[in-house]
Amino acid sequence: MKRYSVFAIAREAMRQHTGWDRAWAKATPKKKYDAIIVGAGGHGLATAYYLGKNHGIRNVAILEKGWLGGGNTGRNTTIIRSNYLQDPSAAIYEKARSLYETLSQDLNYNVMFSPRGVMMLAQTQHEIRGYQRTAHANSLQGVTTEFIGPHKVKELCPIINIDGPRYPVLGALWQSRGGTARHDAVAWGYARACSDMGMDIIQQCEVTGVRQANGKVVGVDTTQGSIDCDKLGIVVAGHTGVLADMAGFRLPVESLCLQALVSEPIKPCMDVVVMANTVHGYMSQSDKGEMVIGGGTDGFNNYTQRGSFHHIEETVRALVETFPMISRLKMLRQWGGIVDMTGDRSPIISKTPLGNCFVNCGWGTGGFKAIPGSGWAMADLMAKGEPGPLAAEFSMWRFREGKFIDESVAAGVAH
Amino acid sequence: MSTRLSTAGRLIDTAKPIKFSFNGKTLQGYAGDTLASALLANDQLLVGRSFKYHRPRGVVAAGAEEPNGLVNLGSNGTFEPNQRITTTELFDGLSATSQNHWPSLEFDVGSINTHLARFLPAGFYYKMFIHPRPLWKHVYEPFIRQSAGLGKAPKDRDADTYEHFNCTVDVLVIGGGIAGLAAAAEAGRTGARVLLIEQTAAWGGRAVVDQPTIDGQTAADWVTTTLAGLAAMENVDIRTRTMGAGVYDHGYVLAYERLRDHAPKASGPRHRLWRIRARQIVTATGAIERPLSFAGNDLPGVLLASAVRDYAVNFGVGIGDRTVIATNNDDAYRTALALHDAGLQVPVILDARAKGGGELADQARAKGIRVENGKAIASVKGGKRVTGVSVCLQAGQGAVLEEISCDCVAMSGGWSPVVHLWSHCGGKLTWDEAQAMFRPNNDRPPTGADGEAMVIAAGTANGHLYTAEAIADGWSAGRAAAHAAGFTAKPEAIPDGSDVPELPLTPVWMMPQGAGYDLRSKSWLDFQNDVKVSDVQLAAQEGFESVEHAKRYTTLGMATDQGKLSNINGLATLSGALNIPIPSVGTTTFRPPYTPISMGAIAGVARDDLFQPIRKTPISGWHESNRADFEPVGQWRRPYAFVHKGESVHDAVKREVTNTRTNVGLLDASTLGKILVKGPDAGRFLDMLYTNMMSNLAVGKCRYGLMCSENGFLMDDGVVARIDDDTWLCHTTTGGADRIHAWMEDWLQCEWWDWKVYTANLTEQFAQIAVVGPKARQVLEKMGGMDVSKEALPFMQWADGTIGGFDARVFRISFSGELSYEIAVPASQGRAFWDALLSAGAEFGMMPYGTECLHVLRAEKGFIMIGDETDGTVIPQDLNLGWAISKKKDDYLGKRAQERSHMADPNRWKLVGLETLDGSVIPDGAYAVAEGMNPNGQRNTQGRVTSTYFSPTLGKGIAMGLVLHGPDRMGEVIEMTKGDGTYIKARIVDQVFYDKAGEKQDV
Repeated sequence: MKRYSVFAIAREAMRQHTGWDRAWAKATPKKKYDAIIVGAGGHGLATAYYLGKNHGIRNVAILEKGWLGGGNTGRNTTIIRSNYLQDPSAAIYEKARSLYETLSQDLNYNVMFSPRGVMMLAQTQHEIRGYQRTAHANSLQGVTTEFIGPHKVKELCPIINIDGPRYPVLGALWQSRGGTARHDAVAWGYARACSDMGMDIIQQCEVTGVRQANGKVVGVDTTQGSIDCDKLGIVVAGHTGVLADMAGFRLPVESLCLQALVSEPIKPCMDVVVMANTVHGYMSQSDKGEMVIGGGTDGFNNYTQRGSFHHIEETVRALVETFPMISRLKMLRQWGGIVDMTGDRSPIISKTPLGNCFVNCGWGTGGFKAIPGSGWAMADLMAKGEPGPLAAEFSMWRFREGKFIDESVAAGVAH
Repeated sequence: MSTRLSTAGRLIDTAKPIKFSFNGKTLQGYAGDTLASALLANDQLLVGRSFKYHRPRGVVAAGAEEPNGLVNLGSNGTFEPNQRITTTELFDGLSATSQNHWPSLEFDVGSINTHLARFLPAGFYYKMFIHPRPLWKHVYEPFIRQSAGLGKAPKDRDADTYEHFNCTVDVLVIGGGIAGLAAAAEAGRTGARVLLIEQTAAWGGRAVVDQPTIDGQTAADWVTTTLAGLAAMENVDIRTRTMGAGVYDHGYVLAYERLRDHAPKASGPRHRLWRIRARQIVTATGAIERPLSFAGNDLPGVLLASAVRDYAVNFGVGIGDRTVIATNNDDAYRTALALHDAGLQVPVILDARAKGGGELADQARAKGIRVENGKAIASVKGGKRVTGVSVCLQAGQGAVLEEISCDCVAMSGGWSPVVHLWSHCGGKLTWDEAQAMFRPNNDRPPTGADGEAMVIAAGTANGHLYTAEAIADGWSAGRAAAHAAGFTAKPEAIPDGSDVPELPLTPVWMMPQGAGYDLRSKSWLDFQNDVKVSDVQLAAQEGFESVEHAKRYTTLGMATDQGKLSNINGLATLSGALNIPIPSVGTTTFRPPYTPISMGAIAGVARDDLFQPIRKTPISGWHESNRADFEPVGQWRRPYAFVHKGESVHDAVKREVTNTRTNVGLLDASTLGKILVKGPDAGRFLDMLYTNMMSNLAVGKCRYGLMCSENGFLMDDGVVARIDDDTWLCHTTTGGADRIHAWMEDWLQCEWWDWKVYTANLTEQFAQIAVVGPKARQVLEKMGGMDVSKEALPFMQWADGTIGGFDARVFRISFSGELSYEIAVPASQGRAFWDALLSAGAEFGMMPYGTECLHVLRAEKGFIMIGDETDGTVIPQDLNLGWAISKKKDDYLGKRAQERSHMADPNRWKLVGLETLDGSVIPDGAYAVAEGMNPNGQRNTQGRVTSTYFSPTLGKGIAMGLVLHGPDRMGEVIEMTKGDGTYIKARIVDQVFYDKAGEKQDV
């Protein structure tokens, strides 16, 4: 792999950019791999990357039904934070956040991680108590957060209306090392690094069956033929239920459409990420200048990647209330992605009833921020066959035991 | 130069001059102008700077597809960035400034990027700025952010208002060109309810510019006649300035009406969002001309050929004195003819087709216009405006044959149907090889809830570029839509359009065909986002082969015009680079809205006080005039405390607690949920809903009950009263009322649909007031009426009667540990009853209290609060509420879940009381630390505080919390986090701090 740098750009500028290689190689399936990852989204690619980097497993194929990074990795609102309440969540999200800090250097691909700070507004007494609790929990989890007052909120984000007539801002949980990253670049950077390790990223390759023998997975059938493998990782977010069905087990997940929208671009006016859970909306400004806005999920299950406009209305209302200046901005584009929700809204990183088949799903509305940590933990699980400490609590059997990891107390909003 | 012609424009009224300003300069236009046409009439070709390279840019188009002409409009409360000047109607006093430059439009420092362009190819930022790490956040990113963005951020509150309309129609026709008009007329004739919307202020679309003959009249006359016919139909509504923004599932369509953008001084809302349910939707949204890709195609003065014609015909504006025309089709010849007719020079028409054009070409030649077949533009000369073109062979590599001076270039690469609305909800496209366009695949339309087609594309939007075909297609679309909606009429004659025959176009995706890198890197695809042919080719070279990858890597089509001009050219370029057919490349996803719509319109009237409904109790008025410090609880606003003059909020809470414990307090408890459950199976139902037994509750008695989710977690609590044999009244928490009512209905409608149970949420039908404190009974006895003695109305019973002349239902229940009556009166009597209580209670020292006092009272007494002691992870057993779980029942919601291994784990944290050794208050949210770290390097914990208050009664901090083996560790001291890295010592004690024996509430 030719390294990217300002010198490489200068060199190529002199020869009309004819020397740039493919970011990732075009691949056709081999007969057999040590491991197959289904799903070339952020989580799948990160899993493959850490399988190679941390565990030396490089005979790996990543199969993608469509185009890599085309699911929720390319549809989310790019927020990265780790100020979660429950210990297992804080551990994996903080692992992810800390990996994001150096991801550009690690991958030699600028993913534009921007630790600009994330604040979650408290607009009721109940929310204040909830966020104070999270701050206490974070202090013991090694996650740096602080509960700040309304004036600090206004100082950090001058466009916010802290004196709204309905829900004045009473404070916020502030994580200064949270922020955003360029979502596509995360997928592309991992893909390039995986390809560089000799892994095969096979796009337009839909898995149509999971083959097994003696209770163990032996391969998959795909639209590009059958491929054998020793280990299989299912990392397909909203379509996990479909793959699990092929592998012969069921998961406690449901698929919902989560919508987002952007405004037309304007000059910089917002340097932080703001989440307002009481009124239900969140917003940040992209490096291009668009206000990036997200809200809640539709109340019914579907796979359409569209969504009901009512939710856009709710979200925009909430944000016009919180940031009155956006009233005269215009919505440029709205879209939807299919998120997979578990019973406790926390992910599953787990062995499955099928031997050597592993699943990573259920990231719901908050998966982007977890990508590096999720991949790290999933790679560890796949390499060793047993979960490490990061994944241990996220077993799919926790629902049978009632051992939920419920974050709803800390964040009632999709993110 | 660009100037107003002596020939009158079709849309302008030269008798009505209008003054406006651009970058502080006062200019004049006419009524009917757009801001774009008025600026062009004043020779203002340069209107903005591009996103990335800050290249000088001028207007390219005349409509919604315009990528360059974006301005800051207005000031203060009416300031708006990124206003598209081609769709901004001129009004008196309009004030606009151009965007994305410093210090000025003419001299922009950022244009240095143009000279650095070779270092800034597609995706350059992914490859640079990686080292050293801190510079990204502190140097590179702020720089990129500052140079990106377009308009300025508004600073002030929006001075305008917005509203929503809801409507239901049989047939919605989107687009007021001839196809849309024909569709609406034919659908209207059947009696169907029809709505016809048009995004601009004028009807007729392109036909009225080119004036073909329809039914023997000019197109303009036909439009006038048809509109008169539509106006006469009572079942048809027509609206201009109303854009079809999005098509959603089940025939839901969003339309965006701009009511006052053209007349800001008028009163009323600025925009109106239409939420339409249509049985059938006809998309007659027209087509958009494509630019050609040649070097320098982004210079001010290079426009779409149709736009040059629009400005001349509609607005009487000549963009240039000498206009070179570059085309691959016959239509652009109309521009040459129109310019010639207006007295302007057309030095040459460069027709890239080897064999040239048909009849229209002959007409041009007949007028003496030079026509060159097989020729192309090698490059456009000029800086901030066009000064000439160099001509080459289309088939070659760009060797210059001659240079021609000109001040305008009109280009035409063919037409693309506007398929956005067709595509929003799943309509598929097909590639039409002959016309080189994606058009709706009529075999795969968007389908409605019934699985049948719900959208019909019509006219040029359906790929029919000839007048005769377009109008006939519109007519049959209207007829088919009405029929599908259940309406028919006897057919009448199809409108008859006539056309000049045209020769087919030849697709030209690069001009000249063999252009080298130098030309390709100066040929723009996406003008606003500065994406060039070479960028898309680089994306393909680097493996970004999916159209979505190429789009995201290059930002092609991601600007405010969403690729209306660039997408087809871009994907054709990608197809060429990958050497695969265009249909295999496919398109990116079309998403609403068609053009951007204001956030204000989306929010509608729901702003400020109307943001969400404010729920008020019958007593709210009193709270407001008596210094209540409110807190939002759901959509209610409840008094947190009543703050007397000179008091802090904390003082007020303290006073209210002490007064309630020693005298008597008054609480407006009207917000508590009150759900009536009635029917032969009501008892059985409540036994399933609550953990306790409710079916055996005696009439006249009350019982505290717990409700759990299916996962076993405690979700709500409250007192249930049995009213009569088959009626129970269930009290819920304030926040839980609606949720619990929905929960009940969920079970009744989805699972136990054969149980005979009815529920009614009576929360707002009653005012409920708690009279609390040792002197409570004295107050009620003074008011007179029913017997409220211990004997007549013991603790945990209720009775109907009158108090002080008010009909009342009195519950002997207590959430404070004091003697307490909760009295429900009809909502209409609430305020009067409150006033009567206050006046009767005056001599007993009665004072109202708020929610914080309520919390302190219950915490002193060790009562749990949903949302404090519970958080969705707590089961009743954790809270020592096992006594409220019936052992007699086979089942209740949550029972099975509570039997799971982790729920029965003896190591679950359990509720205890906590008090600090020094009497201070434990901070909210504090955790109890344990020894060591877990495998993830997190500090181990052994509990947490759930409620913590200063108790005025005890004069010290008190708290409840969940602690590992807590009830077995009474007296033990644990360490709680203070939040600043230090710890506070707390002793585990009983959770009941006040009147453990429960004597005071039962007197």
